[in-house]
Amino acid sequence: MNPATFANIPHAHSQDSVPKLMGRVLLALLPATLYGVVLFGWPAFNLLAVTVLACLLGEAVCLWLAGRSVRLGMLDGSALLTGMLLALSLPPWAPWWIGAIGGAFAIVVGKGVFGGTGQNVFNPAMLARVMLLVSFPVQMTTWLDPHPWLSGSAPSFLEGLQVTFGHWAATDGVTGPTILGHIRTELGMNHALSQSVPGHYQSALAAVGWTGGSLGETAEILILLGGLWLLWRRAITWQIPVAMLVTVLLLASGFHWANPERFADPLLHLLSGSLMLGAFFIATDPVTSPLAPVGQIVFGIGCGALVYIIRTWGGYPEGIAFAVVLMNAATPLIDHYFRPRIYGRTWRGESRPIEKKSDEN
Amino acid sequence: MNDYRRIFADGLWGNNVVFVQMLALCPLMAVTTTATNGLGMGLATTWVLLSANIVIASLRHWIAPEVRIPVFVLLIASLVTLADMAINAWLHELYKVLGLFIPLIVVNCCVLGRAEAFASRQPVLASAADGLAMGLGLTLALVLIGACREVLGSATLFAQASLLLGQSFAFLEIVLIQDYSGFLLMLLPPGGFLVLGFLLAGRRLLERPRP
Repeated sequence: MNPATFANIPHAHSQDSVPKLMGRVLLALLPATLYGVVLFGWPAFNLLAVTVLACLLGEAVCLWLAGRSVRLGMLDGSALLTGMLLALSLPPWAPWWIGAIGGAFAIVVGKGVFGGTGQNVFNPAMLARVMLLVSFPVQMTTWLDPHPWLSGSAPSFLEGLQVTFGHWAATDGVTGPTILGHIRTELGMNHALSQSVPGHYQSALAAVGWTGGSLGETAEILILLGGLWLLWRRAITWQIPVAMLVTVLLLASGFHWANPERFADPLLHLLSGSLMLGAFFIATDPVTSPLAPVGQIVFGIGCGALVYIIRTWGGYPEGIAFAVVLMNAATPLIDHYFRPRIYGRTWRGESRPIEKKSDEN
Repeated sequence: MNDYRRIFADGLWGNNVVFVQMLALCPLMAVTTTATNGLGMGLATTWVLLSANIVIASLRHWIAPEVRIPVFVLLIASLVTLADMAINAWLHELYKVLGLFIPLIVVNCCVLGRAEAFASRQPVLASAADGLAMGLGLTLALVLIGACREVLGSATLFAQASLLLGQSFAFLEIVLIQDYSGFLLMLLPPGGFLVLGFLLAGRRLLERPRP
């Protein structure tokens, strides 16, 4: 074992456990999830169910193969959380096998082969998302405009089953590009942003999530609230989300100030795509992010910079999954250079000098 | 006789080039996108292994130990060049697919490894048996991995086998699912690593001592 991955003694037990932590994160995700299901209707619900079931099944098989207690391993909620995060990052009307393959891949290849919960190098959900995006680019980039539950354009339950489990051909009236994809297309045709963005994007609508996008990434406000609640309950620390968001904000502001026709404004970057979800729920995964606070800041800056670089100059319109997976790969290196201070020692590792007590005491 | 049986058992399974020695992984990742490519690459390497082992075993008393590695490489390179030209002449379609990887058999570590570990200190006949066994073991591994990747990646099996083996083997070409949209990852290098990893895990499961 690498000693750098342990926090140092003395340990104080906070009565926290993996199931409690996972439960809090799931609870914080719940509003955004419900909103996504309402926004995109039955197909989104079906996809969510299939993805979570595939993750639970994969986890059960992995635990059984490893000879561990299936019941305990399933009850810790980590597979459930992985399934939720993966489903939230998928296009809401994707066919069922996208969720099934992705869920099984996330748990078996992303976590099981490394030794189970707590041993994985990469964030399982994001690894699966990268795999799906590379393997099935058509299904993974078919976005649709909001079709809220009970509205006229929403599919009924049976039509929802048809979308998820049957053959469904995307039609132009139903689908629409995400704002990041739209910007990429328009820039590719040498259209200035001042012409192409208005009419397709309003920050207020983007903030409440009334846009096309992945299942659970559109409602920035709800995700932000969930993230702040997690911070308040100390389920996550502030370093990674703040560093990630500030990096994107600074880069986007700088480039937008230099050339507003080529680079989208910082608010658009903050409120579109899955940046909020990534910053609060995905990059903060305690297993795959650095231990030391300084290291977490470096990790967050790396994620933010990669996201901006991929969005602006990369081959894909959105890069949260790639950024997080790449920084996961760099986490052991960050942990090596930014270690937590050992209790009772200086940053250099020497014993702290004992202060002389005054004579009166 | 027992000795030869052990040589073949080692080459095909117990000391398999890919699954146990973990050699020859570079061409493995590169060419095994279909079972046919794996078969072609495996047979070409088998030929090189067999002839290299025979030549080196018969010359082993005249090769000074101080310069043996350069001499081995020189001999192997000549044999690979022969194989390269032969495939280009008679199996030109396969040559277009395998292309660069045929000349690269020169630096395939399993060929030099067998020359150094076996052929340079064993009689000719045993070396020939070892080269053949190791080559067939490598072919087995390449075909197995190629088949897994091909089935998962494009839902076919032994596509274009008739180009390699002639029209009479066209029956090998199987299309499992029509209109398969493709699982691109399996045809890219990560798919090779994933399939190899799962096959290694499966082999360990088979070899696990039973309680």
